[in-house]
Amino acid sequence: MSAQKIDQIEVHVCMGTAGVASGGPDVMAAFEEEFKKHGLIGEVKERNCKVKATGCRGLCARDVLVDIHIPGQEEVTYEHVTPEMVPTIVEEHIIKGEVVKKWAAKKDYYDFYKLQKRYVLADCGKVDPEDIDDYIAYGGYEAIKKVLKEMTPEEVIEEVKKSGLRGRGGGGFPTGLKWTFCRASKGDLKYLICNADEGDPGAFMDRSIIEGNPHAVIEGMLIAAYAIGCKEGYIYCRAEYPLAIKRVKKAIRIAEERGFLGKNILGTDFEFHLHLKEGAGAFVCGEETALIASIEGERGMPRPRPPFPAVKGLWGKPSNVNNVETFANLPLIIKNGAEWYASIGTEKSKGTKIFALSGKVKSTGLIEVPMGVTVRQLVFDVGGGIPKRRKIKAVQLGGPSGGCLPESMLDTPIDYDSLIAAGAMMGSGGVVVMDETNCMVNVAKFFLTFTQRESCGKCIPCRIGTKTMLDILERICKGEGREGDIELLESLAMDIKTASLCGLGQTAPNPVLTTIKYFRHEYEAHIKDKKCPARECPDLIEFVVDEDRCKKCGICFKVCPVGAITWEKGKPAYIDKSKCVKCRECIVNCPFNAID
Amino acid sequence: MAENTLEKNEQQEQEVLQELDLTAIDEICAEYKGKKGSTIPVLQKVQDHYGYLSKDMVDRIAENLNMSPHTIYGVITFYAQFYTTPRGKYVIRVCRGTACHVKGSGRISEVVTEEFGIKNGETSSDLKFTLEEVSCIGACGMAPVIMINDKTYGNLTPEKAREIFREYAKKED
Repeated sequence: MSAQKIDQIEVHVCMGTAGVASGGPDVMAAFEEEFKKHGLIGEVKERNCKVKATGCRGLCARDVLVDIHIPGQEEVTYEHVTPEMVPTIVEEHIIKGEVVKKWAAKKDYYDFYKLQKRYVLADCGKVDPEDIDDYIAYGGYEAIKKVLKEMTPEEVIEEVKKSGLRGRGGGGFPTGLKWTFCRASKGDLKYLICNADEGDPGAFMDRSIIEGNPHAVIEGMLIAAYAIGCKEGYIYCRAEYPLAIKRVKKAIRIAEERGFLGKNILGTDFEFHLHLKEGAGAFVCGEETALIASIEGERGMPRPRPPFPAVKGLWGKPSNVNNVETFANLPLIIKNGAEWYASIGTEKSKGTKIFALSGKVKSTGLIEVPMGVTVRQLVFDVGGGIPKRRKIKAVQLGGPSGGCLPESMLDTPIDYDSLIAAGAMMGSGGVVVMDETNCMVNVAKFFLTFTQRESCGKCIPCRIGTKTMLDILERICKGEGREGDIELLESLAMDIKTASLCGLGQTAPNPVLTTIKYFRHEYEAHIKDKKCPARECPDLIEFVVDEDRCKKCGICFKVCPVGAITWEKGKPAYIDKSKCVKCRECIVNCPFNAID
Repeated sequence: MAENTLEKNEQQEQEVLQELDLTAIDEICAEYKGKKGSTIPVLQKVQDHYGYLSKDMVDRIAENLNMSPHTIYGVITFYAQFYTTPRGKYVIRVCRGTACHVKGSGRISEVVTEEFGIKNGETSSDLKFTLEEVSCIGACGMAPVIMINDKTYGNLTPEKAREIFREYAKKED
């Protein structure tokens, strides 16, 4: 399936957030200029040349990524493209037909995609997110046409139930079942809400889907709206995502103009109006009742359920909230059928899941794999392993609600239920890899700092409980840990989990509990020996050069920003503690672990 | 020294305030008249226009929307993106997400402090820079990441960040 015309040469430039930040717009301009210079806008061997902005294709660490599509030839990808490289690529590759091998992606680039099954992301990196015709050319809006012409709302819900799709926001509730509740609620006015308030630190799949293929989300919402019986819908998007907001606004406007949104959609009596709401920066607004309060213009505080939003949601009307990725799955299910969808994944977790792979891993980026692959496969087969010859220590899954799995648990298959059993959770799909230089107590403190700050304060277990836990962790990291702190943390954690009002509080202690479960020795080293084995907590590091391990290379001398290190060729380095500001630059950069 | 800066800040704020024409608020509110759930979008638009939300502005919004200023302050203080003090010309957002954290973004914040003497949430006395640590910019593949206004910079080291900050510091007003 390709939208490319047979006589057209296409140059695809990654213009997702990472692509833009790495200089995507300059690269695009350089291609356009070269084409003009060579008179290629018209022709190259009777072929039209076109430069196209596309969304994220995943491997953000290699941006700016450029694909060259010449009909009849294999697609070639170039990595780390700068405007200076463009004249050579145009002359050698596009005009003479010779691939510039030194810049073309090598084996490790293709290894990144080997294990992946890109269905939801199939067109991300191919379609121009700002061009509805491009989406249509790639088969877009076919699913909603099929739904409106051939299916009753009940049949749509049945199909989604059969597919086994579970909510991709992290909780994993069966999507079709959720829809049934809202459809069954009485009332003419029902709301459909797309949760694009991706606040999980370390996750960016929703952002990339919206930036890369906004019409797929709109189409998914149309299918859901028809099935449930909603006439009004909202996309609630984080304001921190300016590019996503710009693209989704444009997509809504154009979809309205083209009759995919509004009244009498595609000539039927189906009606659906879609609005964009910008969030204002509050993690708790990812929780559906808080999100609803925020759309209503209030403080985004959750409220007890029941009543569930399906019965009493936005402005008291029945409402259904799904995540961006959930919606983006729907056109696929309709087009290819529930059986096809259910054949991917594991017994209880169907389909693919998109993960944001980041941290201490060679290839960071956005990946889509069938449910059931193992954590180890993600890190080593897809991500290419750990850089700088270091050892892997832990993999953090599921953001602040998730947990840290140690190396011994890396063969855990990634599906909703196995992760919960291991003490982590799918969450929104952030996967952050940590190596031996990352302190697990510090990581737990990091997540708790986040959840404590983002607690809305409505219920006491979450507001005061997380603060108390954080105080203890801060003490431990400063070297003031006491006997019994670990047990106190564990007991507080259980209370907070049981007694909190919403998901934020109920899951906030997870990172602390999993790090204690799998890395208890690190807590003990901080508390009893006043040492940080990973050498990350500045108060517990001595900043002394171990002369036996020091290879006299002088790297630490070069990176020290305050001139606290003296070094002469052939002699071990020396750190002047009175000048040292404990920034850890020397520790981070020393290849021989020679600083204690 | 600190007191001087404070006085200077207040003086600057006074000067700014005297020049402010608050009629834009009426126009923004009129656009949302009768629409449900308009508090947040109105606040966002007013803040986009003036850069922050002063007491006078909140009062004017409250009058227009027929709400109590307290309710509006309740909303302002709940969300991270509303500000009640003037902001710098360049807002440096340092991402403190997990990926950035494990790749050392804490040091990047410290570099801002070293260069401009401002901590998280503070604005330099010449109103040029504001430092804001944010939860996640969503560009984890290029951690550590910062944004200066709408421009994103990734794969930073403390030294690279320092160079970028110095470039901005050199920029004329």
